[in-house]
Amino acid sequence: MKVVLQNLTKRFPNVNKRIREDVIAVNDFCFEIPDGKLVGLLGPSGCGKSTALNLLCGLLKPTSGKIFFGDEDVTDIPAERRGVGMVFQNYALYPHLTVRQNILFPLQNLKGAAKLTKAQMEEKALEAARLVQIDELMERKPKELSGGQQQRVAIARALVKLPRILLLDEPLSNLDARLRLQTREEIQRIQRKTGITTVFVTHDQEEAMSISDLIVVMNSGIIQQVGKPQEVYDDPVNLFVAKFLGAPPINVFSGKSEGGKLYIGDDAVLDIGNVPDQELDIGIRPEGFVLDQNGSFNCNLRNIEVMGRDITVVCSHACAPDFAIRAIISSENSIDLAAAKVRFSLKANKTFIFNKKTGERIRFDAE
Amino acid sequence: MSEFAKTEKSAQARGRILKIFTYSFLGIWAIAVLFPFYWMILTSLKSYSSYNSEYIPKLFTLSPTLQNYFDAFTAAPLAKYFLNTAIFTVVTTAIMLAVTVLAAFAFARLDFKGKNVAFTILLSLMMIPSELVVITNFVTITELDLRNTFTGLILPSVVSVFYIYLLKENFSQIPDQLYYAAKVDGTSDMKYLFKVMVPICKPTIITITILKVIECWNSYVWPRLITDDQNFFLVSNGIQEIRENGFGRENIPAMMAAVVAICVPLIILFLIFRKKIMAGVARGGVKG
Amino acid sequence: MDKKNLKGWLYLLPAIIFLGAFMVYPLIDVFIYSLEEGFNSASQTSFGVGTYNFSYVLHDPYFLQALKNTFILVMITVPVSTCLALLISVGLSSIKPLRNLFQTVYFLPYVTNTLAVGLVFMILFQKTPYTDGLANMVLGWFGAAPVDFIDGPYWAKMFVLCLYTVWVVMPFKVLVLTSALASVDQTYYNASKIDATSKWRTFTRITIPLVSPTLFYLIITGFIGAFKAYNDAVALFGTNLNASEMNTIVGYVYDMLYGDSGGYPSYASAAAVILFAIVLTITCINLIISKKHVHYS
Repeated sequence: MKVVLQNLTKRFPNVNKRIREDVIAVNDFCFEIPDGKLVGLLGPSGCGKSTALNLLCGLLKPTSGKIFFGDEDVTDIPAERRGVGMVFQNYALYPHLTVRQNILFPLQNLKGAAKLTKAQMEEKALEAARLVQIDELMERKPKELSGGQQQRVAIARALVKLPRILLLDEPLSNLDARLRLQTREEIQRIQRKTGITTVFVTHDQEEAMSISDLIVVMNSGIIQQVGKPQEVYDDPVNLFVAKFLGAPPINVFSGKSEGGKLYIGDDAVLDIGNVPDQELDIGIRPEGFVLDQNGSFNCNLRNIEVMGRDITVVCSHACAPDFAIRAIISSENSIDLAAAKVRFSLKANKTFIFNKKTGERIRFDAE
Repeated sequence: MSEFAKTEKSAQARGRILKIFTYSFLGIWAIAVLFPFYWMILTSLKSYSSYNSEYIPKLFTLSPTLQNYFDAFTAAPLAKYFLNTAIFTVVTTAIMLAVTVLAAFAFARLDFKGKNVAFTILLSLMMIPSELVVITNFVTITELDLRNTFTGLILPSVVSVFYIYLLKENFSQIPDQLYYAAKVDGTSDMKYLFKVMVPICKPTIITITILKVIECWNSYVWPRLITDDQNFFLVSNGIQEIRENGFGRENIPAMMAAVVAICVPLIILFLIFRKKIMAGVARGGVKG
Repeated sequence: MDKKNLKGWLYLLPAIIFLGAFMVYPLIDVFIYSLEEGFNSASQTSFGVGTYNFSYVLHDPYFLQALKNTFILVMITVPVSTCLALLISVGLSSIKPLRNLFQTVYFLPYVTNTLAVGLVFMILFQKTPYTDGLANMVLGWFGAAPVDFIDGPYWAKMFVLCLYTVWVVMPFKVLVLTSALASVDQTYYNASKIDATSKWRTFTRITIPLVSPTLFYLIITGFIGAFKAYNDAVALFGTNLNASEMNTIVGYVYDMLYGDSGGYPSYASAAAVILFAIVLTITCINLIISKKHVHYS
């Protein structure tokens, strides 16, 4: 099922009653989720991503704009008739019901033509349980399950009624680090297998990047960028997106363009051709540094962190005063820790420049 | 589109009917709760003659009078009952607070041999109904010749196992580090208790104070057993006396005036501390 | 070490004195009293030890009347008040405007003097030579003949007693249930809404089980409270409850102890012990039933 959002907007009255102005949690969303894809809605906390999810499932009504499931306008259809499946952040498993009863619960609500016999329900529940591999745990109560198992039950409950779309709210935030890795692959596997269009919300960029077919980066209610994870990472449209994606994060310097050259401090680090002279923010991915005796970029060496496969060189620079610069280089390189300075040359495709005021990306032609 | 709009509309209509139903139901119960209060105020404002001439009671009065209040306070020692109740309430609550705070501190903060046994005994005492112990207490107080004294009234009313438990639980939530920090600074236990713990747990202390005040103000059974001299009657016993042997037998409006007077202090207290009282009771208060 | 122990007990001392003198000692004593036959409070002597006091009490028509009254009162007021409180709390939780006002109003009876307000109920329901009372006026609208609810037939008196008891116990139940309902995690409701659960099914399958510990607590304390009913009856019918056939078990205990019919602490103790046994039994039955039906998180 394709999902289309048209100029979707949601305003809330300000919590502080003295401020008349509404809070705009979701501001003029327009995008289309292709059928059968896994989409990650990504942004810092408070950016409106949960609101967007609640608009999709119908728990909230949009202030304006429309939502389509396929060709059907579902904007005015309340949650109970939208046919979505949802996995809540804390799973919201009914604590007094067993796993079986929890999974059966949505089926027992079906009415009219969709109504199932007891045997059909049991069969469907078992099928859903098998899909998420919890069919051994059917008679347990939620509190007797681990976090990961609860998560699976919640997914089974959401899937059992064959929802038109599946929504997951911070699906991994309540799991420990090891389970998180495992579960995110599990989510991807289940999604592939069922082919149900799935939207999940997360503030963890790694999570979103690793399993999504498409990510939507949001900030303060506004969509920043939509695209395949790698594309967004390689080609961010603004400083926010560049900073938000990637671990370790992108290194940001203030600098300037002058006569077709990019300056960080006094170092002319890159040729940027046609860009007019101006103050700039410069973002360099950690993997954008190349250790080079003759490199044009000069940093104060602080420390190195050996990670095995590669080395992180930690430096400081006057143009990034509050920031420890991290450059990742292959471990085949060797660095003299006693040296005060370290020299790099930069990869043009890993270096982005942004308008100092708006944060918009300025594209340049590398030589 | 129009079909969905239609179903949506009918759902909205159903919601509105439900809402109207809910509000009327809640409204009816509110009236049921308030009506006795209205009636006692109304009756207390009707004159004796007009009340007795109404074979069919009137739901309002056009000539309110305060004469009944005057009568009530002169025909019976109502002021004396109030004073007794006030003395009883203040002294009982004060002793209760002192005993409760010290005991809760011992259970929550101090380490000593036999603490757990003592606390288990305390918990099991919570289940003992007061009716079981009142008989012996009555005999004890009688034998000590303390009938018709404030001492006899107050002593057995002080104990409140539940409040010790409630305050102990609250005290236990204060982090240990605070205590050790105070110890390092050379603070004595007593000083720590009153300068740190009591201020932190002020909400709970206020709650148990209010609950105890309500309990004392309304207590009836024990004072009835232990006093037969009008000079030591509390308001509950006073109003019962007025009703059975005093002016209440014929002068209903004056009796209602007395009833209003008895109810007013606690209602005012309630309206001032509404949130604290309700939160305190919701946390597991028990009546009586 | 010794000093430490001493200090702990020193802080406990006031509580121990009060509890020991007025709770622990009387508790032991009441069982002894109840077994001492023919105890004479003037001479402090008794004939011997046995169960005569119990058999006397159990054959006393006043006690049997009190037992019957108490059981009727319990069986009517506990279910009625619990169900009504549940309805009211659910209603309260579903509205926003006026909610605080309603809550405050509903709580008022808790802080009022039971004895005093009982008198208002008395004049509302009493039929005197001067007036039929307000209740009878309302009954008259439906064409019913006036009834004296205070000095009249047994069922009428029982009705007023039950009504007043419910009125008195409601504030506590409504308050506790409302806060239990408010503490149910809203996401359960969101989850059930997304799964297209009907309102009724959400209520019976989700709300009720999730507040069942509170409901059960209210039922147990309701039973205990109702078995100990006394003040309400005194407020409505006066202190001579035996004469008006409206005595309760607790009332019987006090009457045996003190007043015109008093002076028999042994009988009073026996009756109190019987009451305690009944309450304990009912509570145990409740606990056993609840194991099956109550969900504890």
